Amino acid sequence: MEALNAPVGVSHYLIVGAIMFVCGVVCMATKRNALGVLMGIELVLNGANVNFVAFGSEYLRPGTLGIGLDGQLIALFVIVLAAAEAAVALAITLNFYNNHATVDVDQADELKG
Amino acid sequence: MDEINWHSFFFLLFGLLACGFALGVVLSSNIVRMAFYLVLSLGATSGLFFLAGADFVGAMQLMIYVGGTLVLLIFGVMLTAKGPFISMTTSAGEWVLGAIVGGSLLAVLFSAATSVDAWQTAPGGVEKIETQVTATRLGMGLLGARVDKLEEKNPEQLAGMAGYLLPFEIVSVHLLVVLIGAAYLARPKKRAARGAATDLL
Amino acid sequence: MADYLQQFLPEHWQFLAYVAAALVHCVLLINVVAVGALIFIWLERKVSGRIQDRLGPTRVGGKFGWLQTLADGLKLITKEDLMPDGADGMLFRVAPYVSFCASFCGYLALPFADNWVGARLNVAVFFIVAVLGLEVFGVILAGYASASKWSLFGAMREAAQVVSYEVPLGMCVVVPVLIAGSMDLVTIGEMQAGWFVNWYVFHDPFTFITFWVYFTCATASVNRAPFDLAEAESELVAGFHTEYSGLRWSIFFMAEYGSMFAVSGLAAILFFGGWNGPIPLTHWLGLADSTHPILIYLGNLLGMFNFVGKCVFGVTFMMWVRWTLPRLRIDQVMTTCLKYCTPIAAAMFLGATVWTYFIPGGLIIKNNYGSVREGWLLEAQPELVPDEVPAVASNSK
Repeated sequence: MEALNAPVGVSHYLIVGAIMFVCGVVCMATKRNALGVLMGIELVLNGANVNFVAFGSEYLRPGTLGIGLDGQLIALFVIVLAAAEAAVALAITLNFYNNHATVDVDQADELKG
Repeated sequence: MDEINWHSFFFLLFGLLACGFALGVVLSSNIVRMAFYLVLSLGATSGLFFLAGADFVGAMQLMIYVGGTLVLLIFGVMLTAKGPFISMTTSAGEWVLGAIVGGSLLAVLFSAATSVDAWQTAPGGVEKIETQVTATRLGMGLLGARVDKLEEKNPEQLAGMAGYLLPFEIVSVHLLVVLIGAAYLARPKKRAARGAATDLL
Repeated sequence: MADYLQQFLPEHWQFLAYVAAALVHCVLLINVVAVGALIFIWLERKVSGRIQDRLGPTRVGGKFGWLQTLADGLKLITKEDLMPDGADGMLFRVAPYVSFCASFCGYLALPFADNWVGARLNVAVFFIVAVLGLEVFGVILAGYASASKWSLFGAMREAAQVVSYEVPLGMCVVVPVLIAGSMDLVTIGEMQAGWFVNWYVFHDPFTFITFWVYFTCATASVNRAPFDLAEAESELVAGFHTEYSGLRWSIFFMAEYGSMFAVSGLAAILFFGGWNGPIPLTHWLGLADSTHPILIYLGNLLGMFNFVGKCVFGVTFMMWVRWTLPRLRIDQVMTTCLKYCTPIAAAMFLGATVWTYFIPGGLIIKNNYGSVREGWLLEAQPELVPDEVPAVASNSK
């Protein structure tokens, strides 16, 4: 098959990253469960990470063509910060659940003007 | 069949798995299944990282994201998924709106990804590239010494190439703050009302 | 191996050679897990029997009951396949395999002898610790999908325990890594070649204590007693695998014994020299320095037996501890982790760093076989071509 012979370029990684990003955005937009929204956030950050790692890859963009190790370092920081943000978001969700006995984000309208 | 480029084969495999399970997260309505599909999707992404030569980031993805963040997520799911709350369905109108927004974003990103000709294929082939010792270089970069750019010719560029020490310290303090804050936020306050959530441990 | 097999295949089916080579490696590794589980279950029953002053299985297969596990396996295969009514079908079925896959993936980066490794990763230690922490997913899914209170409680307790113990486990694992200067397990093993004094466990007192903390955390991490309240028969019926019977249960247990072997293997390489023995036998026999492929293979074979012997000893030690100590409560488990293991691991890490900075050679002057790390980068990291004798940092004098 032609697809299995040609070497993979950065654009293929970008497409995978784009699909994950869009899935995350749709998840954030349509899910009513707060934890579903959180999963969408994780998908978005992962799509961005795939992009960073692809441009920083020594195979795909060798030498000065790409951003080298910077891509991996940035991906590292993104992973760590995403974990921290997930912890805080979960704490907020648990608090919300304790106060309202539901995690439905449509019910979070007490501050509505 | 000619010589199979195994790199492309595994990229196709991991890419399809990652995208497929991401789609599964969007389309599923059971929150526990969504979490499971997310686990598999992030695991496949870790495989993609290994393929791109970022083995340290791939192992980090497995340990921190899949092993840490998602376990946290599943704990949250278990603590808040009681009976009728397991599946909250979205109305059809919102799905259409989401599909339009998502579709248009995907079209834009897709056209951007395929626009540059230099990105379509890897320069020089992927077959016999030496694997880099990334872990040591990453570690030194985090401590402030950019040992991967030792051959940089331009002295001005070299002078401006600081390591990642400051972000490293900031992120460490940030994690400490988040830990304390999240533990404080999620502390059990009213012992009377919800018995179920506290007797799991 | 793939290149060798390619000679036999016709023109357009060359890729089958790679598939065949990959399959052979996979089958070898799965054999380790499966046969290992077989032997360990028998060993556990014998060891527990002897500790409890009885004989253990003696009927099937002669005086020592060697075929007992085979009989057990046959029984498990023929059991009825049950699934509780309210259970989530897909998750219930998939949970044991998730656990098993996580446990098996650890073997990908575990070297059995010099360069005899599934995939020689630069970050092998990190990879193994990360992947062994994924086993908890199978447990959580099993607990949830069983739609039973006992399963859910057991699963949640086990998840909390495994995730908490990953912290001191990671810190303990970093100590040999910083002494060796690399996370590559093959490199760490090579640097401990020679007499047993080259082993990192005897390198400095901090690493010695670190080994014991590592072993405690590893035992907690694979949910062996005294940390096995997730499967506590006296409290939770059977914890997360209450509703599992027959072959699904046996997959969970292959995962558990596989993890025990993997964690012991990691301890063997990090602290006890891996395939390098207490005596430099391969050097004496002239096998280590030769270039003849058969002799190198023989040297590696001896090393592999050495390594497997150390792993089996580690697993036996875990069994010994299991049948000797009483089970800990969940709050005691958490106290041990947070109040004892983590601070001790952190203090040992600090101590080992300071020691290595001032006395890089370790407590006992090294002889000609081992290596000591020099500089920030181990130069001449070899390319990943098998059967090549790699060159690492120079031997210390």
